[in-house]
Amino acid sequence: MPSSSLVPTRRELLLGSSALFAWALVPGKVRAEGRDPRFLTIVLRGAADGLAVVAPVGDPDWLKLRGDKALTLDGQTPALPLDGFFALNPAMPNLHRLYQAGQATIVHAVATPYRERSHFDGQDVLESGQAKPGAVDTGWLNRALAALEPGERVGTPGRQAFAVGPIAPLVVRGRAPVLAWVPPRLPPVGDDTTMRLIDLYNHTDPALARALEERIGLAAVARASGMTSELDDDRPAVQIGGIEQVRKYFAEAAGAAAKFLARAEGPRVGALALDGWDTHVNEGAVKGRLANLLGALDGAIAEIETNMGDPWRETVVVFVTEFGRTARINGNDGTDHGTATVAILAGGALKGGRVLADWPGLKDTDLHERRDLRATTDLRAVLKGLLKDHLRLDDPVLGTEVFPDSLNVPPMPGLLA
Amino acid sequence: MACDPREAALALHRFGFGPRAGSIMAIAPDPRGALLAELELPDAGQIASADLQSSAAANRAVFEYNAERAANEKRERHRREAAAQVAMQNAGGEASMEAKPDAPPPTPSQPEAVPLPRQLFRKEAKAHFDAAINAEIGLVERLVWFWSNHFCVNADATVMAGGYEREAIRPHVLGRFSDMLLAVEGHPAMLLYLNNEQSVGPESVAGINRDKGLNENLAREILELHTLGVRTVYTQADVTNFAKVLTGWTILPTVSNPDHGGEFVFLRRAHEPGAQTLIGNTYTDGGVGQGCSVLADLARHPATAKHVATKLVHHFIADDPPSELIDRLTQRYLDTEGDLKEVVTALITAPEAWAPEQAKIKRPGEWIVAALRATGETADIVRIIRAQALLGEPLWRPPAPKGFSDDNAAWLDGLGQRLEIANGFAHREALGHEPEAVMEAALGPLASAETRRAIARAESRPQALALLLMAPEFQRR
Repeated sequence: MPSSSLVPTRRELLLGSSALFAWALVPGKVRAEGRDPRFLTIVLRGAADGLAVVAPVGDPDWLKLRGDKALTLDGQTPALPLDGFFALNPAMPNLHRLYQAGQATIVHAVATPYRERSHFDGQDVLESGQAKPGAVDTGWLNRALAALEPGERVGTPGRQAFAVGPIAPLVVRGRAPVLAWVPPRLPPVGDDTTMRLIDLYNHTDPALARALEERIGLAAVARASGMTSELDDDRPAVQIGGIEQVRKYFAEAAGAAAKFLARAEGPRVGALALDGWDTHVNEGAVKGRLANLLGALDGAIAEIETNMGDPWRETVVVFVTEFGRTARINGNDGTDHGTATVAILAGGALKGGRVLADWPGLKDTDLHERRDLRATTDLRAVLKGLLKDHLRLDDPVLGTEVFPDSLNVPPMPGLLA
Repeated sequence: MACDPREAALALHRFGFGPRAGSIMAIAPDPRGALLAELELPDAGQIASADLQSSAAANRAVFEYNAERAANEKRERHRREAAAQVAMQNAGGEASMEAKPDAPPPTPSQPEAVPLPRQLFRKEAKAHFDAAINAEIGLVERLVWFWSNHFCVNADATVMAGGYEREAIRPHVLGRFSDMLLAVEGHPAMLLYLNNEQSVGPESVAGINRDKGLNENLAREILELHTLGVRTVYTQADVTNFAKVLTGWTILPTVSNPDHGGEFVFLRRAHEPGAQTLIGNTYTDGGVGQGCSVLADLARHPATAKHVATKLVHHFIADDPPSELIDRLTQRYLDTEGDLKEVVTALITAPEAWAPEQAKIKRPGEWIVAALRATGETADIVRIIRAQALLGEPLWRPPAPKGFSDDNAAWLDGLGQRLEIANGFAHREALGHEPEAVMEAALGPLASAETRRAIARAESRPQALALLLMAPEFQRR
């Protein structure tokens, strides 16, 4: 893809914004320090299984909980050691390298204030920054941008955020104008969507089920997606021909965001959403669907780092998801909707190489409602910590405007180098 | 009248273009009555748009456009050749370095304007889709689409495809079949598409002078596809004789008729003289009237009645239509001399038309329109055209004169592509839609427990919307 296609045309600018040309957002306070920070938020929609991304291999109850689905340091595909207690999914060597270089941080047992288990409501809380579902007009990142004291700016009356995707994620929508860039490639139809549809057809419309199965040439996979539990982890991953597409889309979308943020006159804050994390059936954490997705995400991280170039030094990328998944494996070798999960932070501006967790434990009584990893860190504290130290937003604004009613959730200190 | 939201939803999907927000409840008090009322609307089936040219005017405009473009290209070629010659003469001299004939001044490539034929096509396509998207229920528009496909032409053969639908199909969808037949077979778009404009009677003046002859294409397709139906009551001799009857039905050439080029003309000079016999009837030579008489007889033939009734039931009800229903519609057709409003009324009021099973898969265009109606979204016409083409049903470009298939099997193959489009649409448009609200609006009581569950459990709103658009109750009608 020629890089010129990444430059927004006038039409693309108009698409998502009333601003006619890009404005390099450099908050006044930050400029005074001689910095030019970049901040990218990536929403993983569908509730990513934090325990399968970063596993508590040092917890004595870990193996009991996940059995042969548990990531371990000595398995056939060993997890990548982080700090002795936690280990990273082996599908993420790039993130591991960044961690070792002090440029990635994991926050574990973290969750938004939302304690129900609906994706839509959970995503709304995650992205709106509100304590409860229901408000879906503006996102916390946009409000953060709107609250920033602009430094020197050129020409336009507004501040600009950047969004990748046909529709801007809620997190970045709001009063501050959004520059939207639509990748030439639409998000591919994920394996998960196809499987759900085949499952629906199998229960209601065999003719359509047959047609779709034949169309994708994978009747066997469809059978596997039916509610049989005879599968084991050695079975090839569920592949409906989608993962290569997903890999490309993740890399292209994230890579494009990085290119925009890297530009001298580009936006400084951006967001995108990557779907597909709702792993109810055949999760495949070590080898399989989730491993494939995490591999694609790892590729996206590498793409961001590369495309960011020198400004990577001043970059923070945060990966967040609406909630975690059940601590135990369910009857379909998957996991159901849960509570706490991980947040992944990457970027040259971080004081990384750490896993931050007030670990709640995995015993039956430790678990939230005896089923989910308990949340011991409020995700808003992490995000507020980043916004405070990286973009220099102050506590009252963060506690009232950006994350309303969160003055009692102090920003997490010390995340930045 | 009992309130019947289930039958209302079925009415909207089966006989219309699918529900919009609120339309299920709006017609629930009397779904069948609401369908029949649509047939009584003033100007039902008509499109009023000052923006659209007549097909003949479009034909002339495109002719002029092409002529000008050809002239411009030729002028440019001459200019380059002249420059080359100058360079040749200067060859060896110092000037040759400056006057390079093969390097015209580099002009930044301007985004080329949309060519006129495509502009006209898009305008017509937009009018065609807008009428479906904006209809209350859409029964009359569904009839327009049905008849436009029954009497299809191809936009690759003529720029008049859109105008043809407005001029030959729309005025008659609730009128008499015989009137539509006459309008269609005499329309320049059809004459061009099925090559009758070149068909010359071998014994006509033009035929003798120019040593030209018959083209049977139109005559055969009228008998086989438009009226009696294949393998019915006609023979090869009937086809040939009918072709002779139709000689002289042609188009005024635009090159010599700046004001009326592209319009129908009966050219006696090309018309085969004499009486012709067709399916046992003899038609004396009355010029254009000879063809009109044959078409009138074909329209009232029982085989035509049965063919039309079968196709209607096949389109609206099932691939293996109940024969009682076909018989009832055939009889209604014969009793009313092919009054299409009466035939459709017979269809709507027949108990067999209301089987709860949604036996038919929506055709691609129907599904696209249904998706737009369900979400209330608008889409750029280019995007609609591309999506429909991707799903195997390019607008006004059927693979053959038979039109697009009305069998489920033909469209099942495209299910994967539908999923791609649903997914893309959901990611573009899901903003602001509560999937469950869209489901209630679009399916209401038709939504199965399984579909409800799948949508409630989707991992994101876009996924939920994609699943809704792909749900069997939404794919079928």
